[in-house]
Amino acid sequence: MTVLDRANRNLTLKLLGIALGSFGFGFALVPLYNVICGVTGVGDQSALLRRVKAIENPDPNRTITIEFLGNVASAGGWEFGPVARTVEIHPGKLYSAEFFAHNLTGRDMTAQAVPNIAPSKVAAYFHKTECFCFSPQHFKVNEQRNMPVRFIVDPAIPKYIDRITLAYTFYDASSQVSKR
Amino acid sequence: MAEHSVAAAHDHDHKPHGWRRWVYATNHKDIGTMYLVFACLMFFIGGAMAMVIRAELFKPGMQLVDPQLFNSMTTMHALIMIFGAVMPAWTGLANWMIPMQVGAPEMALPRLINFSFWILPFAFTLLLATLFVPGGAPAGGWTMYPPLVLQNGASFPMLIFAVHMMGASSILGAINVVVTILNMRAPGMTLLRMPLFVWTWLITAYLLIAVMPVLAGAVTMLLTDHFFGTTFFTAAGGGDPVMFQHIFWFFGHPEVYILILPAFGIVSEIIPTFSRKPLFGYEAMVYATASIAFLSFIVWAHHMFVVGMPLAAQLFFMLSTMLIAIPTGVKVFNWTATMWKGSLSFEPPMLFALAFLFLFTIGGFSGLMLAIVPADYQYQDTYFVVAHFHYVLVPGAIFGIMAGVYYWLPKWVGNMYHMGLAKWHFWLSAIFVNVLFFPQHFLGLAGMPRRIPDYAVQFTDWNMVSSIGGFGFGLSQLLFPILIYMCVKSGKPVKVNKAWEGAHGLEWELPSPAPYHSWQTPPSDAIIAKGAFH
Repeated sequence: MTVLDRANRNLTLKLLGIALGSFGFGFALVPLYNVICGVTGVGDQSALLRRVKAIENPDPNRTITIEFLGNVASAGGWEFGPVARTVEIHPGKLYSAEFFAHNLTGRDMTAQAVPNIAPSKVAAYFHKTECFCFSPQHFKVNEQRNMPVRFIVDPAIPKYIDRITLAYTFYDASSQVSKR
Repeated sequence: MAEHSVAAAHDHDHKPHGWRRWVYATNHKDIGTMYLVFACLMFFIGGAMAMVIRAELFKPGMQLVDPQLFNSMTTMHALIMIFGAVMPAWTGLANWMIPMQVGAPEMALPRLINFSFWILPFAFTLLLATLFVPGGAPAGGWTMYPPLVLQNGASFPMLIFAVHMMGASSILGAINVVVTILNMRAPGMTLLRMPLFVWTWLITAYLLIAVMPVLAGAVTMLLTDHFFGTTFFTAAGGGDPVMFQHIFWFFGHPEVYILILPAFGIVSEIIPTFSRKPLFGYEAMVYATASIAFLSFIVWAHHMFVVGMPLAAQLFFMLSTMLIAIPTGVKVFNWTATMWKGSLSFEPPMLFALAFLFLFTIGGFSGLMLAIVPADYQYQDTYFVVAHFHYVLVPGAIFGIMAGVYYWLPKWVGNMYHMGLAKWHFWLSAIFVNVLFFPQHFLGLAGMPRRIPDYAVQFTDWNMVSSIGGFGFGLSQLLFPILIYMCVKSGKPVKVNKAWEGAHGLEWELPSPAPYHSWQTPPSDAIIAKGAFH
C-alpha cells in the first residue's frame, strides 16, 4: 500500500464518518425540535397535554370567548365535535366543556385526540385539569358518548387576548396504542 | 504504466473492450461518460413528464390525464430532474474534468465511483416502476410531506428505497471528489491555483456529505412511521408533521446549492476564456462560494414560512436568506467585470454562460422577493414559486451543464461540433425557456396555485403561452444529443490542445482528444502556474 493509497483510505473513512454523523444528526433533530418547541412555545404538545392543578382566582372584569373545534384526521368513520361551539369565560375560573364522539367505523376502535390552540402564545396560559386527550379513548362498535375537558385560563394572560380557539383532531390510534 | 512510453502503438491505453469496459469501468473518463449519458436519458424522461404537465395545462378543464396522474407527473418530474438529471450530470462532469484539471492520472477511488454509478440505474428503475404499481406513482410532491406521502399505496416504500439509493450514490460520488481534490493534486497545484470548477465542486461535495444523510434519515423516519409504528411525524402518537418539513428543508436548501454551485464554477471557466481575460476576483469567487455554502445551512425555514413559527424565527430566516444575495452579487459582479473591456466572442459555451448569467440573476431576484415574509404569504404555493425555481434551475443549472458540455466536448472527443447547429440549439433554448417560464411569474402573482391540474379561466392565455414555450423548449433539446452524436461520429478534428484560443487551465495542456489516463506524469510547476488565475 503506497503512501497515497493510505492517505486516500484514511480520508475516505473520515468522510464516511462525517456522512454517518450527519445521518445521526438527522435523528438528533427530533429531540432538538422538541426542545426548541418547548422554549418558544410554538407547536409545543407537552404544554397542551400537561395535567395542571387548578387554583381558582377569578377575574370577573375580563371575559374571553373560547371557541371549540373538532376535526377527524381521515374522513369518514367518526362523528366528532364540540357539544357547544363557544363559551364565554372569566380568567382564573374553572370551566368544563364536552366533546361528543360516535364510532361509525363498524369496528371497535381506539382514538387519540390531539389538541391545538390558537393563538399559539396562549398555550402557556391555558391549563387543563382534565382532558379526554390525556389518554386514548376506546369505543365499541357504534358507541357514542360525550367526553369532558376541564380547563382554567391563567389571569396573567396578555390583555389583548379576547378569543381563544381550542381545536382537537381525532386520530385512529388503534395501531399506536400498544406502544404508548 | 511502462507500456505508456511506447507512444507509437495505436491503442496504447489498453482500454478494456466490449461490455466489460463499461460494467467494470474504473477509468474516470468512462465513468464520466456513463454519468453524462445517464443524466441525458433522465433529462428526456423527466422532460417528457413536463410535457404531460404543460399539455394538461394548455387550457382550463381536464383534458388528458386524471388529477392523480397529473400530480404524479409533477412529483416524478422533480425527483427525476433533480436526482436523475442534474446531480448525475454534475458528477459526470466532475469525474471527467477534475483529474484533468488538477493534474492527476485518475480519480482517487475508481472502484467506489463505479459502484456509485451503477446504483443509479437500479434506483431509477425502482422509481419509474412506481408508475405501474397499484395506486400509481408518488403524487404528494417531491418534498414527500407526511401525512400525504404515506397515503400513496404501493409506491411509498419504492420511493423511499429509491431515495436511499440515490442518496448513497451521491454521497459516494462526493467522497470520491473530495479525496481526489485533496490528495491527488499535482505538486504545485495549490488550493488557490485550482480552477473554480474544482473549487465549487469541492464545496458542493462537502454539502452533499453533510446533508444527503439527513434526507436519508428523514425518509427512514417516514418508513418506520408507516410500517413499524413509530410516530416521528404522526400527530396521533405525539409526533409532528411540521418537524418533517424542518428536517427535509435542512437537507433541501443546501441541496439547491448542490444543484447550482458547479454551474458557478463552469461559468467562471467559460467567461474568462471567451473574454480573453483572467477571471476578475478569483479569490473573492472562492470565498463567495464558501459563504453561500455556509449560509445555505441557516435559511431552510424560508421554504415554510406559513406553517407557523415565532416572529423572531421568521425575521431570522428572512434576513439570513437575503444575506445570500451578497456573495451571489459578488459573483455576478465578478463575471460581469471579467467581460469588461475583454475581447468577447460568442461561441456556444459563451452564449450559454451569458444566458446563465442573465437568467439566473432574474431567478435570484424573484428569490429575494420570496424571502420577504409578508410577500411570501401571498406568493407561496403559486406559479410564482414555480417560475422562480425553474429560472434558477433551467437557465441556471441546466444551461450551466450545457455550457460545460459545449466547452469541453472538443477536448473529450477530439472533434469540434457543428457550430451553427449549436447556436440554433442555444437560441431556441434561450427564447423558449423565457416563453415557458416568464409568464408563470404573472400567473403566480395573479394567484394561480401550483400542483393543480385545472385552473380558473382568467389564467388561460398565459398558460397557453407557457405551454407553447414548453413544447418549443422540449423539442429544441432534441438537438443536443443529435449534436453530440454528430460531433463524435463526424466532427471536424481539433488538431491543437487548446480548442478555444483563450482557454486557461491544465485540461487544455493535454492533447485532443484527451488521453485515456490523464496526467501520467504530473504537469510541471510552470504549466500549472500558466493555467492558474491566482
